[in-house]
Amino acid sequence: MIHRAKSGHPGGSLSCVEILSVLYQDVMFVPKEWKKSPDFNKRDRFILSKGHASAALYSVLANLGFFSCDELQTFRQLGSRLQGHPSTKTKLEGIEVSTGSLGQGLSMAVGVALALRLNANPAHVFCLLGDGEMQEGSVWEALMNANNQKLDNLTIIIDKNKLQIDGSTNDIKSLEPLDKKLEAFGWQVYRVDGHNEEELKDALVKCKNTKGITAVIADTIKGKGVSFMEDTTSWHGKAPNDNELELALEEINA
Amino acid sequence: MLKNTNEVKSPRNAYGETLVELGKINQDIVVLDADLSCSTQTCKFQKAFPRRFFNVGISEQDMMCTAAGLANEGKIPFVSTFAMFATARCLDQIRNSICYPKANVKIVATHGGITVGEDGASHQALEDVSYMRSIPDMTVIVPADYNEVKQVVKYASEIYGPVYIRLARTNLRTVFDEEKYTFNPEHAVKIFDGDDVTIITNGETLCEVIDCAQMLKKNGINAEVLHVPVVKPFLAKEDVIASANKTKNVIVVENHSIIGGLGSAVCEVLSENLPTRVLRIGTPDCFGQSGEQRALVEFFGLSGQKLYERISDYLGKK
Repeated sequence: MIHRAKSGHPGGSLSCVEILSVLYQDVMFVPKEWKKSPDFNKRDRFILSKGHASAALYSVLANLGFFSCDELQTFRQLGSRLQGHPSTKTKLEGIEVSTGSLGQGLSMAVGVALALRLNANPAHVFCLLGDGEMQEGSVWEALMNANNQKLDNLTIIIDKNKLQIDGSTNDIKSLEPLDKKLEAFGWQVYRVDGHNEEELKDALVKCKNTKGITAVIADTIKGKGVSFMEDTTSWHGKAPNDNELELALEEINA
Repeated sequence: MLKNTNEVKSPRNAYGETLVELGKINQDIVVLDADLSCSTQTCKFQKAFPRRFFNVGISEQDMMCTAAGLANEGKIPFVSTFAMFATARCLDQIRNSICYPKANVKIVATHGGITVGEDGASHQALEDVSYMRSIPDMTVIVPADYNEVKQVVKYASEIYGPVYIRLARTNLRTVFDEEKYTFNPEHAVKIFDGDDVTIITNGETLCEVIDCAQMLKKNGINAEVLHVPVVKPFLAKEDVIASANKTKNVIVVENHSIIGGLGSAVCEVLSENLPTRVLRIGTPDCFGQSGEQRALVEFFGLSGQKLYERISDYLGKK
């Protein structure tokens, strides 16, 4: 779909495929009938704060039957419900909030979690952030607020692929020690291999059943699954050409 | 409709009191503040409904997006801080997390305009209406007195979608009779009928314009005074065009930069429909400065007397 759109973010999408697929298949309750489901209000809420990984989210949702896989081909094109970054405006099944401008999703997740608590709704809120995104100051405002509000229905997952557009996150503005920083902000932290589905499932199920705010640091590889994209900054926001697509699909399907 | 009185009341109190009234009848109303709850008067709501009040600390950007999240679950968040921090600091959050998804968030900002006073330029929001007016789906309202603020806050809770309400720090003379005045977003409020010149205003400059118009009348100039609280969408368009058509001469007065606020909104409507010469009076393209409230109003030429002098001069030379 990124190839067809001739634009998009393959690197940061491929780094979070397992995270999304485990969340939707093994951890969260989200009815694929979306608003038409009688259980819509009971759904767990998922917020993709790193909105540029939209291609991964759309793919997972389509493969689970939220909407047709054919619609994936309209990604980023004029009139599509699959906007470059997720939007509630197009009423795409499965999209909880509009994101794209980094550093805003976690505050929204905190707002959703507060509202669920006021409504005595036991649903859980999951929010996926990028490690580069953690450089936004407003993320830390929200991390502080979640702790201060004593939320017990919120889990964040950090897709730690260690790269951002201009290079290595460690070189540009290091977040380390990220686990200790999160713990100091009152979060219970789990660390997993973000491409190991068993590890992800164990940690995320634990988080869902934990009272308190929980964070999963998922160590990932940007561009995972495609050798020439793996761990490469230049594949942050670039579409593959015909040959590259063929090679990539061969490797992924192998 | 008008109240002939020297009663002076705080628009911020009107806000705090109305929040409590609304909170009693609507469980979905929640309030957020960023460490200025005494200044904005949201502390009244906190006292009445502590579970539905969230003080996020000095984190305005976090506050805006948290409000968007609450709205996503059907709550009606009222979000308050000073106009300076409620707009410029959070422009991206308001645009992308509130207006783009058309979240039902009401931003009620206090301390708009030059009359913040002694705190000076860093706290004087002179561009907030301009910022908010440029974002799609945002409704922008600048009410004029205690009684109108009460109605406007209630109105905001009843319509769906983002609203920006700009309040002054200043205690203001009551202009509208609480029994006889009904806020109507679709029309300009005609304060005085006149043929010689149209003066359009809103917010705290309404009292000054009323004083100015009375002085002009003594001098034989009949000014038509229109109060236009809803700057966006500009529903009072027809009223403004009709008045301009009658007087052929329009002046806009506001406690805001002459760039992007009510003056600009009036120019946009007239230039497309009835090209008319318009004098915009507000703060020029500059920053504010420290000073006592009345001293600043005089300095920027926004007092009734200063407006009278400037408008008399302008009409004489025209």
